[in-house]
Amino acid sequence: MHKESAIREPLILGHKTYHDITDDVCKPIEDKAPKMWYVLFTIAAILGLYGVGTILYLLGTGIGVWGLNKTVGWAWDITNFVWWVGIGHAGTLISAVLLLFRQKWRMAINRSAEAMTIFAVFMAGLFPLIHMGRIWMAYWVLPLPNQFGSLWVNFNSPLLWDVFAISTYLSVSLVFWYIGLIPDFATLRDRVKNPLSKRMYTLLSFGWSGRAKHWNRFELVSLVLAGVATPLVFSVHSIVSFDFATSVIPGWHTTIFPPYFVAGAVFSGFAMVQTLMLVMRKAMRLEAYIHTKHVEYMNIVIMVTGSIVGVAYLTELFVSWYSGVEYESYAFINRASGPYWWAYWSMMTCNVVSPQLMWFKKLRRSLLFTFIISIVVNIGMWFERFVIIVTSIHRDYLPSSWSMFYPSPVDIGIFVGTIGLFFVFFLLFARFFPVLALNELKTILKSSGESYKNQSDDHATGH
Amino acid sequence: MADKVIYAMYDDDDVLKDGAKKLVAKGVKISEVFSPFPIHGIDPIIGVKQTRLGIMAFIYGMTGLTLATIGMRFFMIDDWPMNIGGKPNNTYLENILAFIPITFEFTVLCAAHGMAITYLLRNKTLPGMKADNPDPRTTDDKFVMELRLSENAQYSEDELQAMLKETGIIELDQKEIK
Repeated sequence: MHKESAIREPLILGHKTYHDITDDVCKPIEDKAPKMWYVLFTIAAILGLYGVGTILYLLGTGIGVWGLNKTVGWAWDITNFVWWVGIGHAGTLISAVLLLFRQKWRMAINRSAEAMTIFAVFMAGLFPLIHMGRIWMAYWVLPLPNQFGSLWVNFNSPLLWDVFAISTYLSVSLVFWYIGLIPDFATLRDRVKNPLSKRMYTLLSFGWSGRAKHWNRFELVSLVLAGVATPLVFSVHSIVSFDFATSVIPGWHTTIFPPYFVAGAVFSGFAMVQTLMLVMRKAMRLEAYIHTKHVEYMNIVIMVTGSIVGVAYLTELFVSWYSGVEYESYAFINRASGPYWWAYWSMMTCNVVSPQLMWFKKLRRSLLFTFIISIVVNIGMWFERFVIIVTSIHRDYLPSSWSMFYPSPVDIGIFVGTIGLFFVFFLLFARFFPVLALNELKTILKSSGESYKNQSDDHATGH
Repeated sequence: MADKVIYAMYDDDDVLKDGAKKLVAKGVKISEVFSPFPIHGIDPIIGVKQTRLGIMAFIYGMTGLTLATIGMRFFMIDDWPMNIGGKPNNTYLENILAFIPITFEFTVLCAAHGMAITYLLRNKTLPGMKADNPDPRTTDDKFVMELRLSENAQYSEDELQAMLKETGIIELDQKEIK
């Protein structure tokens, strides 16, 4: 008996040539920006400026302007930090882990997903910095020789591990992204007519000429960077989870945190990628490169990581009861039925129930449904961090100091401001940078392009 | 010494690769290939050796690992030992668990950045550098093979051009260089 496996769907639709790929990606950069771009940019810039204003007010006044009190000493600042770092996990996962697994579909989304990662980590990094209050002392987190009797930073502290993890993650992702961008900037440099753009892309492309030896090095550097970035992706959110897991607060003190946080981060990161990609492919007419199959693959990742997160929630709940520690059990009973029940149940609905709908092929291939779910997941993941952080500390061992957390206008302003700044960066990226990895897409055209796929199809039926 | 280069342009990577194979079999030396993306399998044909950047990344990583270990041992054990909850830092080994995250991060930091910087320096691709691809289309959809007359002394210019024309080129160009 002779059985052949089905040929996979092509990753590049339409009968594209190498030149078509260049044209499709470069056109939106060379043309005038659509009106909608200016509208979105203005909205994002206003929100971003408002955020910058609230941050300046915070720095001038002190962190007392946040809604924190003596019981809830950590709330929106760290919630937003973890939320943004989580979102920043998809890009490097897509470009590094999927590179190691030789997943060709990553090539349509890795460039913009990584841009998103970098901007999200920028936003995340802002929160610990402003939380210091006296931001001009920020260099104190580095082990620098000093005159306080040579007092060093505490290398036992997960907060310091975070300093190293986030800065390594940010800078390595940035380098990985930029090294991939250099050849594509060279393509733009050799294409654009406008002298100002030409100068800009000449500067950005570092004199790339596409020699065989350079490509040889390029491929190895990409592979090795992917190799070192893969454990980095997993380490960063593990370390973020240590901020909580190494404490002795009931509800935080759990060993399940590192894998649970990493799965949650990938989950929320992919959701944000979906939100952005679905809009971008439409606005920049990239439907041939990012199509239903790509969306479906990402939805499967969302479904799997969402299920891991769901199992983690239930395990946590079970262990809090099974441990027999009454404080531990109370932390979880309070989460589900205390004054923050609404946050807990929105988290459960958004993160555990909604990704399960992806089991239906019709739903996971529906773009509108995906868009809605991606936003639902991002809201759910924000609530997850809020639930973990605030509900674990708002009722501590001493009932007389139990309290609630109410965000102040500054809390809200900074959060909304980071969303604005994030979109300012992303819109600038989409306007001036090649949003698809041109050089990588061209390498898969012959193995995954539609016309070439059909050739092999004819060949197969000819047997 | 004056020299002449011949640029043969192709519009397909596989045609260029086949052409290169035939030319090399006849003893022609191909000095360079310019392409818009990596052509897999071209390196052994035209004699480009596998890069050693991977080894460098390992060395940079080991440097990071060593620095992190020495640094944290000095800061936390020798220079300013801390006694937290009656658990003093007396030896490095007993406290190593707390040092693993930063040791790992610093190893990755040094390996990645060391390799990236070496890569840019070795390629001579740095901000402000001038590109020298012979045709602007080689960053779009064309592939150019470069032959030098001085490296192919056994053939005349006309013979080389005739051989190139058999390999499916779309354009031929030449340039005097110093």
